[in-house]
Amino acid sequence: MTAPLLQIHGLHKAYVLDGVTIQALRDIDLNVEPGEFVAIMGPSGSGKSTLMHILGCLDVPDTGSYQLNGQDITRMDGNQLAALRNREIGFVFQNFNLLPRTSALENVETPLIYAGIGKAERRQKARAALEHMALGERLYHLPNQLSGGQAQRVAIARALVTHPSLLLADEPTGNVDTATSAEIMALLDALNRQEGLTIVLITHEQEVAGHARRRLLLRDGRLELQT
Amino acid sequence: MNLTTALQLALRALWRNKTRAMLTTLGVVIGVGSVIAMLGIGSGAQQRIADQLASMGTNSLVVRPGSVTRGGVRTGAGGITSLTRADADAIAELPDVVAVAPSVRTTAQVRYRGTNWGTAIEGVTPDYVTVRSWQLAEGEFFTRRHILGASHVCVLGQTVARELFGLRSPLDESIVIKGLSCRVIGVLTEKGATAWGSDQDDAIFAPITTVQRKLEGITHIERIELVASDREASFRLIKEIKRLLRQRHRLREGQPDDFRMHNRAELAETSEESARVFTWLLGSIASVSLLVGGIGIMNIMLVSVTERTHEIGIRMALGARQRDILWQFLLEALVLSTAGGVLGIFLGLGGALAVARFSALPVTVTPVSVLVAFLFAGLVGVFFGLHPARKASQLRPIEALRYE
Repeated sequence: MTAPLLQIHGLHKAYVLDGVTIQALRDIDLNVEPGEFVAIMGPSGSGKSTLMHILGCLDVPDTGSYQLNGQDITRMDGNQLAALRNREIGFVFQNFNLLPRTSALENVETPLIYAGIGKAERRQKARAALEHMALGERLYHLPNQLSGGQAQRVAIARALVTHPSLLLADEPTGNVDTATSAEIMALLDALNRQEGLTIVLITHEQEVAGHARRRLLLRDGRLELQT
Repeated sequence: MNLTTALQLALRALWRNKTRAMLTTLGVVIGVGSVIAMLGIGSGAQQRIADQLASMGTNSLVVRPGSVTRGGVRTGAGGITSLTRADADAIAELPDVVAVAPSVRTTAQVRYRGTNWGTAIEGVTPDYVTVRSWQLAEGEFFTRRHILGASHVCVLGQTVARELFGLRSPLDESIVIKGLSCRVIGVLTEKGATAWGSDQDDAIFAPITTVQRKLEGITHIERIELVASDREASFRLIKEIKRLLRQRHRLREGQPDDFRMHNRAELAETSEESARVFTWLLGSIASVSLLVGGIGIMNIMLVSVTERTHEIGIRMALGARQRDILWQFLLEALVLSTAGGVLGIFLGLGGALAVARFSALPVTVTPVSVLVAFLFAGLVGVFFGLHPARKASQLRPIEALRYE
């Protein structure tokens, strides 16, 4: 039995908003094994975004432990966290978050730049990742020349080009129509089943969460097992 | 992330806002250009003054008789006629005096065949050309023999030679000065205008005795120019000549001097100093525009950081470290300022050439001033780019990502 990819124990996070302290996350325990597809659901204000920021190493917990692929993130400084995000995590966001006025190819190359990979290898890897997402014809298109589905596939290519151990998808279908939503979920399904990619999906849509093999519910900052 | 990649990112980001980048650069272009042009004009002026001082002889002193027209002052030994050639000879005996040139001056309408020309007639001695470090273009200068004999010979300045003789050689021709026929035995080289704008070549030189006796009927002299061995000696000689002349003119304690002295070394130092100040002044005024250009860079970089906060958030999520973001924005500022520096060098050189061409001002652009202006531009880029770049790099990832 392999060690869990993601190991969270007794995690707390509070933040202050307009002078009021909000307990965003209380006593979270969560293990994710390699190859799992986990959905975290919850109404707005339940702490989903805060959890997603901590899982994505964009923020650190107040108390509790978080180990990602055997690395304790609570002991890391900003630069180490940046390197960890680059190495271990691929992000897919609701609003795609592609760099504006930057071609699909350059968008996918960006994480490789911060990984310190040379230009020729970067280009070749980015091209391969885009072709894998069936976007071989769209390499030099700018984000505003792409459809919602295409843009999200560029974002997925960018997330996967570094071969991260975890794909973190935050409402990946929130900005696309139903047909495109189905297409994107089918793609994530395939990546999980065929390539063994570990995915943590954050959503408030039952239907989208249905694709995951384990579903958790976040309510008032506490994690409840649902299925 | 290595430097080449960072530079590529910076260039790409600037390229996306071409107009803005160009306008921002323009501030630096104008700044660097004006620094180079202004320093060029300044050092050109400095150079010209140095040349003129050298042509006058910077170790020289001038002694002139005191004024008789000062109301209430009792003049001693003859007022304006107090200086004599004997005074000049006595001065020549002092140590550290290299050469002494007494002179008298008058003006006359000079005739040569059908033409005439109004000019100055300088009565001088053979040492005159040594004192003024002036060479002959053709012929020769007069000698002691001409002085002793009060010979009817003269040497022409370039302007006079041109006006009376055109392109022909004036040598051995005779010109008429106040009814006195003088043979031309030499022509001086061109000396140009003085710092005060009078044409030094518009004069005729004759033996001092000839001018004193045959043209003016006087025995005194109007001016003694002398050259000291060096600048320090010229300062020391002022005191010594003063003592000597007071003694020779039998001036008692408390009586005012009946002569005046000018030290060209003093004048030289003053002129050089004022030219330096002038250069500094022009340079610092121009630097202000470079500073304004730098503030333009900071302004645009701050706007850019705010505008691209979301982009910075995305980059941070993808693994950009603080220093990656810092370098990206700093390099953008540096590219703007150095591009401005390079273009500004061309603008400055062009401006300097234009000034040199359309005004009489000489312009000397030195490599040092170009280098200094360029480095200053780079420094401006770092100085004004650092704050926005730090601001960008210190953004918190989640806040930058959330920013719309």
